[in-house]
Amino acid sequence: MPRPDDELVRGRQRGRARVTALLLGAFVVLLFFITIAQASRNW
Amino acid sequence: MPAIEMTETAVLPADWRDFLALTKPRVMSLVVFTGLCGLLAAPAMPPFVLGFTAILCIALGAGACGALNQWYEADIDAKMRRTAKRPLPDGRMDRQSALHFGVGLGSFSVILMGLATNWLAAGLLAVSILFYVLVYTVWLKPRTAQNIVIGGAAGAFPPLIGWVAATGRVEALPLLLFAIIFLWTPPHFWALSLFVRSDYAAAGIPMLPVVAGLDNTRRQVFLYSLPMAGAAVAPWPLGLTGPIYGASAAILSFVFVVLAGRVLANRTTEPSAMAAEKHLFAYSVFYLFALFTALVADRWIA
Repeated sequence: MPRPDDELVRGRQRGRARVTALLLGAFVVLLFFITIAQASRNW
Repeated sequence: MPAIEMTETAVLPADWRDFLALTKPRVMSLVVFTGLCGLLAAPAMPPFVLGFTAILCIALGAGACGALNQWYEADIDAKMRRTAKRPLPDGRMDRQSALHFGVGLGSFSVILMGLATNWLAAGLLAVSILFYVLVYTVWLKPRTAQNIVIGGAAGAFPPLIGWVAATGRVEALPLLLFAIIFLWTPPHFWALSLFVRSDYAAAGIPMLPVVAGLDNTRRQVFLYSLPMAGAAVAPWPLGLTGPIYGASAAILSFVFVVLAGRVLANRTTEPSAMAAEKHLFAYSVFYLFALFTALVADRWIA
């Protein structure tokens, strides 16, 4: 079974982890602003 | 017992760019644009962040459709030059990752839409995703030459969803916007399939030029452009839009019908000589962008 270069696998994992972290962070910020907008609409 | 062979591509985790490619970003741009125009043309404007979230959800839903379409059609994509370099047929990603990504993205987009705007918009988004994946991709596309006609409904949902996200109601104008895209889809895709028909034939997809021949397809392209032009102009005489949209729709639709007429008159069977078909395909994309831009301009300027 050919083993891909460990460094290449780590690189891919690092890349995906970074993008996931960025998207999760953006989602948290978005959720915060959605909550504010919904709350001010319901006042 | 033979050992299970694992290739290097199966062991290697997919790159995040391959997940992005799975969402078909170029197709998404038209979906996002029409959804945004539906939202901007609505009589009530939601707060910016809620409008932004609605469009984001439409984009994510479209991305989910792209991913699930590529998951289901990986073997077909491998047979077509146009699609052979996609992540799945190229071996850069395993099918299960594409399935999980598509289902996750679709579910997320519907739930977020419901929480941020209203559940009618979320329900329409869910229906559009399920319609595209189950009715179009799985059921119609491999079975009938009418796949584009009925499947076109899936791409017609975004302006309706945008409008409902803003107002919470289904009204006459967004239903007409739905009808315009629904009737625009057959001439748009059949113009393309006329000059890439060998790809579809090789993949066993029963597109109209493959099943019914070139002349019949050209006739259908022209015939569909007539009710499409009628639906595009209709909002003006019905009093749903003003003269900016009405005049733009009339001119743009007239040019569309003229180009469809040139396709009807063309008799060549050689894809390289199908200039009329290529012009109509390119113009059809411009047509939809211009028509929806005119709709928003009419709402905001008039």
